[in-house]
Amino acid sequence: MLDIDSSLRACLVLLALWALIGIAGLLRPMSLGFVGRMLFPLGALCGVALAVVAATSVGAPAEHAVLKIGLPDLPMHVRRDALASFFLVLLGATSAGISVFAAGYFRRGAGTAPGLMCLQYHLFLASMGFVLLADDAYAFMVAWETMALSSYFLVTTQHGLPEIRSAGFLYLLIAHVGALAILLSFGVMQGGSWQFTFDAMRGAHLTPCWAAIAFLLAVFGFGAKAGLVPLHVWLPEAHPAAPSPVSALMSGAMLKMAVYGVLRVSFDLLGKPEWWWGLVLLALGLFSALYGVVFAAVQTDMKRLLAWSSIENLGIVFAAIGLGIVFHGVGMNSLAALALIAALYHSLNHAFMKSLLFLGTGAVLHSTGERNLGRLGGLIHRMPWVAWLTLVGALAMAGLPPLNGFVSEWLLLQAFLFAHQVPRTFVNMILPVGAALVALSAALAAYVMVKFFGVIFLGQPREPALARAHDAGLLERIGLLWLALGCLLLGLLPTYVIDALRTVVAQFSGALLPSTGAPWWLLVPLAGRQASYSAPVFLIALASIVVLTALLVRRFYHHRVRRAAAWDGGFGRLSARMQDTAEGFGQPIRHIFGAFFAVKRELPSAFDSAPRYGVAVGDRIWQWLYLPLGTLVQRIADTFAWLQQGRISTYLLYSFITLIALLALML
Amino acid sequence: MKPLEILTQALELIAALAAAPLFLGWVNQCRAWLQNRRAPSIWLPYRGIRKLFHKDAVIAENASRLFRVAPYIVFGAMVVAAGIIPSMGTRLPFTAAADAIALVGLLATARVFLSLAAIDIGTAFGTLGARREMMVGFLAEPALLMVIFVASIISATTALPAIAENLATQTLGLYPSLAFTAVAFTLILLAENARIPIDNPATHLELTMIHEAMVLEYSARHLALMEWAAALKLFNYACIGFALFLPWGVATGTGGPLSLLASIPVLAAKLTVTGAALALIETISAKLRVFRAPEFLAIAFMLAVLGVLVHLLLGA
Repeated sequence: MLDIDSSLRACLVLLALWALIGIAGLLRPMSLGFVGRMLFPLGALCGVALAVVAATSVGAPAEHAVLKIGLPDLPMHVRRDALASFFLVLLGATSAGISVFAAGYFRRGAGTAPGLMCLQYHLFLASMGFVLLADDAYAFMVAWETMALSSYFLVTTQHGLPEIRSAGFLYLLIAHVGALAILLSFGVMQGGSWQFTFDAMRGAHLTPCWAAIAFLLAVFGFGAKAGLVPLHVWLPEAHPAAPSPVSALMSGAMLKMAVYGVLRVSFDLLGKPEWWWGLVLLALGLFSALYGVVFAAVQTDMKRLLAWSSIENLGIVFAAIGLGIVFHGVGMNSLAALALIAALYHSLNHAFMKSLLFLGTGAVLHSTGERNLGRLGGLIHRMPWVAWLTLVGALAMAGLPPLNGFVSEWLLLQAFLFAHQVPRTFVNMILPVGAALVALSAALAAYVMVKFFGVIFLGQPREPALARAHDAGLLERIGLLWLALGCLLLGLLPTYVIDALRTVVAQFSGALLPSTGAPWWLLVPLAGRQASYSAPVFLIALASIVVLTALLVRRFYHHRVRRAAAWDGGFGRLSARMQDTAEGFGQPIRHIFGAFFAVKRELPSAFDSAPRYGVAVGDRIWQWLYLPLGTLVQRIADTFAWLQQGRISTYLLYSFITLIALLALML
Repeated sequence: MKPLEILTQALELIAALAAAPLFLGWVNQCRAWLQNRRAPSIWLPYRGIRKLFHKDAVIAENASRLFRVAPYIVFGAMVVAAGIIPSMGTRLPFTAAADAIALVGLLATARVFLSLAAIDIGTAFGTLGARREMMVGFLAEPALLMVIFVASIISATTALPAIAENLATQTLGLYPSLAFTAVAFTLILLAENARIPIDNPATHLELTMIHEAMVLEYSARHLALMEWAAALKLFNYACIGFALFLPWGVATGTGGPLSLLASIPVLAAKLTVTGAALALIETISAKLRVFRAPEFLAIAFMLAVLGVLVHLLLGA
């Protein structure tokens, strides 16, 4: 390892440290004090260090190394380039906040022992880092599978519950179907050289047909990890099953590994992507975005709601990548760079805001024991820290200026606005509809976030037990604060982020967004076009008017306040049951997008002695795709079951026939 | 930054703050005339706001701090929005910090805070209003964005003053795409400002109200700010419409202080006509059932998307 450049070495050492911290958890597996107060904060420090190291090396040229570990004659190649650096920053920075939160979160030893959990958690982190550094298919698949397996064990922490076991199984199944597709994609990309290093793949010359096959396989494989519709079914099951820091890590960081994979394959390994590949991604991404957000709006479980919202956000990221590929393919380089920057920026934003929201739900879950939105409410009084910090995440997720979610959406819309110059009439017709869908998804995201925050934290408590809820502990607050600050800074200082992303995108795609020479506080995406946005000025203007108004009202009038009961319409005491439930708040969406849902209603008749009203919203894709698929697999298995006679002589006969057939083939 | 630009910016903010209640009063007066009622004074909105500021605020026991902050944020957002929209002059120094997309985001911020504040008390009215407001919003917001997109593509910019200047200074041409989007924008304006046929600003019938249900728990200065913000919102939407569809008469870069002065009566004339037209629309149409509101807004959205497609297809 001596000949490795410094930043790559530092990254590898930090990943190894993560793994070591995990193993150290086994020393005293039952001790919460040791694991929680020592190892998790150490892991957070590693994350910060990793983010710093990777951030300083973003502009540096790529570095290679060969690690003599693994199977004999099959060394692992590693490489750190700008794309890997960017995702390492994302991983390190978000995991730091999540680890600090987790240090305070795992209090009671429910389910898996804390030490074992610590091992799985840090192995998960290290494997994600290694996915980013891997430079051959073998190392990549080992890291990818370690990531899938360690997260599977984390998801099934509470393995005593049958629904959690089945959620974990579904996750594992889809993760492996996806991994198979990725493996096949690598198989196509080696292009007959039988060399599985990424360098060989970069050098291989594929015919357009094979390149397209490799790309589509990669989209299938990575799309399964990212939760693109229709491969999204595991997400709403696995996220609620996992402990909240794990959900945060999966949604914040692991889904981004799929984004990394698609970018790596389409721009780096396959060379120049064709423009129509972009349309595939665009269509998949936009459909996922709309599908995800519509389902998020009708959920009643807060973590499930966030999982659907992740599907939406990843959809937007993939749509941005698709747009970038379309532009790249037709040679509009600066617009391609703009769209790809929007994709990376949104990935980073989503990592921060979704982790923040998942950790917020974790704090709520801890303090109330409830995941069901219908049994929460009014927590802003009992948990002010969690509520206000979660509000930052919710507003960012709703895409409101001056927070970070708005910046990436703004960039993406700017990229869409120029689409009419694409020299393909057909594409020109489709892209405005795409912009409309992005705008619709963003507006629906605001709906979802008002529902999420309003039902959990505002209003009256829907259960008497909520009066005993307590605020998050110190470590948890620090974790939340870290992520909320990230959301704020990413929103307020976009020019610095974009400068870094410009280098990243130029290095991996060759598309350079020309520098506009605008000052640090002004975001100007493209020179020669009047479009600019300045978050700091915007925030100062808004804040100063708000403060000024408050002061003036105070100065010229008074600030007397009387408290009284809420207006009850003259009908007597209001009760918490009169508020909108989560179902009620989602009802307009269920009404408007009725075609998306498989709704099962249970309506009482007028003569029921114990009337019950129930409504269950199901996913049509589950009925139309997965259940028939399952039946098909079952039927095929049944057809071939007669081969399995249970007699040893029959099996010997099979071997004999196979042998003869092979011999005949050889001769 | 030239002094004239700063003057324009300041003048626009003051004009918006001062004239917004007057515009509302004018619409109400026209409505009363058209409905054969005796019209209230045009100054009534001012008197209402002044009266409310003097009263003691009564806040529900369950209200959190968010409830008390929200009126200031909603009001602040509407004032900032007024600073972005070129109602009188196009040389506005602040607009470099926020373009038309940021304007839509700003309006969304106001909506989200208003809805959250409505949920905060935990009454049936508040949550009902918030839910309906978000339902109207999630369809109206992308529609507004598409309307702005058409004008942006025509002018190759998303800065609202630049769009207005571009549309105002070029030779008079008819854009079919703008005709589609103008209809869409009118529908959005009605829906977003709680006017008939989506909402009735004069009703307190709980089954039909949206905006009034959300501010039901507010009183005194908080309510005053909310009402003022609502008036500002109507004023802002009207001015967005002028910037996109009737941009003539605003002071552009070439004109001096005189053109700024001349833009004041032009704006007043536009507002007078628009107010009367708004009252007419509200008088001749009936309120839609809430279930029908999505269809109304979907039409607006489709028209706006159609506008973009028409522009790209015909290049006009």
